[in-house]
Amino acid sequence: MSLFGQGLLEALRLLVTGDPEVWQITWLSLQVSATATLLSLLVGIPMGALLALSRFPGRAFVVSLVNTGMGLPPVVVGLFVTILLWRNGVLGFLELLYTPTAMVTGQLVIAAPIVTGLTLAAVQQVPEAFRLQMLGLGASRPQVIWVLLKEARLPMLAAVMAGFGGVISEVGASMMLGGNIKGATRVLTTATVLETGKGNFDVAIALSVILLLITFLVNWALSGIQQRRRA
Amino acid sequence: MMARFLAVLWVALAGAMSLSTGPAFAQSNVVILSTTTSTQDSGLLDVLVPLFEKQTGLTVKTISVGTGKALALAARGEADVTLAHAASLEKKYVAEGKMTNRRLVMYNDFVIIGPPDDPAKIKGLPKALDALKRIAESQSRFVSRGDKSGTNVLELALWKQAGIEPKGVWYIESGQGMGQTLGIANDRRAYTLTDRATYLAFRKRVDLPILVEKDRPLLNIYSVMEVNPANGPRVNVAGGKAFAEFMLAPETQAVIKAFGMDKYGQALFVPIAGKKDEDL
Repeated sequence: MSLFGQGLLEALRLLVTGDPEVWQITWLSLQVSATATLLSLLVGIPMGALLALSRFPGRAFVVSLVNTGMGLPPVVVGLFVTILLWRNGVLGFLELLYTPTAMVTGQLVIAAPIVTGLTLAAVQQVPEAFRLQMLGLGASRPQVIWVLLKEARLPMLAAVMAGFGGVISEVGASMMLGGNIKGATRVLTTATVLETGKGNFDVAIALSVILLLITFLVNWALSGIQQRRRA
Repeated sequence: MMARFLAVLWVALAGAMSLSTGPAFAQSNVVILSTTTSTQDSGLLDVLVPLFEKQTGLTVKTISVGTGKALALAARGEADVTLAHAASLEKKYVAEGKMTNRRLVMYNDFVIIGPPDDPAKIKGLPKALDALKRIAESQSRFVSRGDKSGTNVLELALWKQAGIEPKGVWYIESGQGMGQTLGIANDRRAYTLTDRATYLAFRKRVDLPILVEKDRPLLNIYSVMEVNPANGPRVNVAGGKAFAEFMLAPETQAVIKAFGMDKYGQALFVPIAGKKDEDL
């Protein structure tokens, strides 16, 4: 049988038999990446909205920075955050390295610019005239931002999906910050690298299939919310 | 919809809080072990670490990287104990005072593998150095780890002893772990140096026979070292010492001796606690 066939069978077997280690790894992947995505929304949505609505000198430069940040390489983030979290590092006293919290931190740094950039684009695409009209009718600035965010919610769900997709699939930062420790910080991507290194290609394929599956399910749910209003 | 969205956000944040408090254990109970990839990839640590945790109640965080990086991390005080396999490099760190109490744990061996048609004609040569000379002379492809791992350190030392500076299109540096490197060697029909344990794990997928083996310089000796607490703050000295002692304990050595028999029909490591480099 082909390697892919073996991998698919193995994926099925692991899912059906409810292999506890695979479930634990899958659950941790979801937990870490969902937490990072949600935190990135808390940071990214206000930043993106503010950036979309304000005018100041050097704004174009800041927008370019954000857009560059959308393509931040996870290994680079992993390296810098690792150095900060080392026992010898600035934040060493927190003793966070090789914990899920460290992985969330790294993934937050990866996702925040993605959410900021896409929120910025989403809010900006609401016609300028609409905003002026609201201001003309006496709306306060926070009211304007709230209404604009509501208006831009569909493209912003795309920001959520992009942010989540970016972090659930990254391996560089999770490997460095988590250390791929069995039972503690091993997630689907780092486990895939490990199993490939061990030569267990069928297990590696199985883990990849599970990763694709949960990414699909999450995006399916979000797309459902996004498209419902359109129907 | 926005309200519902915010509700989801709060629930998830509550989850996040439980995540950050949950697995955060008191770090004095944590021993950070920096080690080579082969101990992890062979599955040995998956057997030994739970044993140690059960005996001592400590938690081990295994950081599995190449020997070069494992020692570098320890020298910065980022680990508490190191299990490595590059005697020359280890002795340098011990001499500099970064690592202490280096003791031999076990060995297995390296083998030179290559394409079955053996273009460099090295099959059966008793000396690894002669084999490398022939590979270089015939410009046959050779895949090097190129990652400062224990395997790579030994390989470079062998080239040096053979008086050869490996360079040219025939010399490929993979920059990856042993498993991936075996895959590349197989794909490019090249020679390479590998530890026997990883080779056995990949034997099904690698169609390169063993051509040279059982030469003294091909011995792959693993030793355990404790980290000098002066390397940095927060080094868990007692935890590191406990792990080193555990690796040398007779019961652990018996487990090492039996490891691999069920899966490969042969042991992957030979325990040697108490021996010195000169004894081997």
